[in-house]
Amino acid sequence: MLATAIIVFREVLEAALVVGIVLAASKGVIDRLLWVGGGVFFGIAGACAVAVFAEVIAEAAAGIGQELLNASILFLAVAMLGWHNVWMGRHGRQLAQQAADLGKAVTRGTRPLYALAIVVGMAVLREGSELVLFLYSIAAGGSSGVADMAGGGILGLAAGVAVGGALYFGLLRIPTKHLFTVTSWLILLLAAGMASQAAAFLVQADILPALSPALWDTSAVLTEDSVPGKIMHALIGYVARPSGMQFVFWAGTLAVIGLLMCLTNRGTTVPRGGARRALGAVAVALMVLGMGFLTTVLVS
Amino acid sequence: MHPLVSFLSAAAAFFLAASGGLALAQEQTFRLTIKNHQFEPAEFEIPANTKVTLQVKNEDATPEEFESSTLHREKVVPAGKEVNIFVGPLSPGRYEFMGDFNRATARGAIIVK
Repeated sequence: MLATAIIVFREVLEAALVVGIVLAASKGVIDRLLWVGGGVFFGIAGACAVAVFAEVIAEAAAGIGQELLNASILFLAVAMLGWHNVWMGRHGRQLAQQAADLGKAVTRGTRPLYALAIVVGMAVLREGSELVLFLYSIAAGGSSGVADMAGGGILGLAAGVAVGGALYFGLLRIPTKHLFTVTSWLILLLAAGMASQAAAFLVQADILPALSPALWDTSAVLTEDSVPGKIMHALIGYVARPSGMQFVFWAGTLAVIGLLMCLTNRGTTVPRGGARRALGAVAVALMVLGMGFLTTVLVS
Repeated sequence: MHPLVSFLSAAAAFFLAASGGLALAQEQTFRLTIKNHQFEPAEFEIPANTKVTLQVKNEDATPEEFESSTLHREKVVPAGKEVNIFVGPLSPGRYEFMGDFNRATARGAIIVK
């Protein structure tokens, strides 16, 4: 049962961290639980559907159905995370001001909750479909069967939710004035990590070239299979041996969303003055670096 | 235009621009079978700096997931089905893979020489 619990924990972890960040980013919005809960619900329903149709999906699109589905799920989440940050860049100042005036930030419908609900839904769908298949294979084939599935499933789920909860309550300790700046940065990194995962699926499908099988190797320091490695993978897109294409998508997403945040920012989400100019410069530098790298590899 | 629409089109344009061409070529094929939650063969050699295709057949009655963090591969193999996974070109070394749903028994490695 413990072995089952550990695997369930690993699968739940990533989605739980995303939910933790989203809940912190929507702090103070009245109906956020409805939206986030709805995202989780539709994510689970979708995960079950994907698991049931696993065979159809595996055979779709000449055998690359799984890769295309996973990449689409991730790109949709990346787009919604980016949109959230651009929105916060435009309205974040008002929000922080309002929060300071009222002493608390209770607002209704003042944040793109649908975007965050889609992000949660996609994260749950992506991790959940594997989990459903795994639990099914335990129940159907394992010697200990259904009890193992239920016990391990609940234990693993509880542990995963606990880590997501710890992140959420940790974030809530940040004063409201700074909270949304922190969550916007976390969401930026989350988006970059998801884009890099999507790139890995497109490389696996042979739609994109890997450019380089491994730009560097830090598996001696931190493997992605370890729990800390998995947390870093979920939060900032850490990969011990990233392919060239993964890095291009990671840096590109960071640069594009970062730049959009700078261009649309009218508030405090992005620090103003020197820090803002520095962020803009870093974003442009990342873009140039990515394009340069891409050109070098494609030409050679 | 709604700002969300312009934002999404900008994002789509970026990712399309980042996409390269489709590469299709005839590759060497290696057969791999999953039976009793084990890979057969559990270890095999492939040539270095060459793209090869792994034909993974799952003979068990339960689904399995071929996973390797060193190869960047993650693909569900439904019960009784076969999937193709290409790997390479790789530099020489040992690349481990496993069945994600049966981590205790389903383990293997590709030796690149």
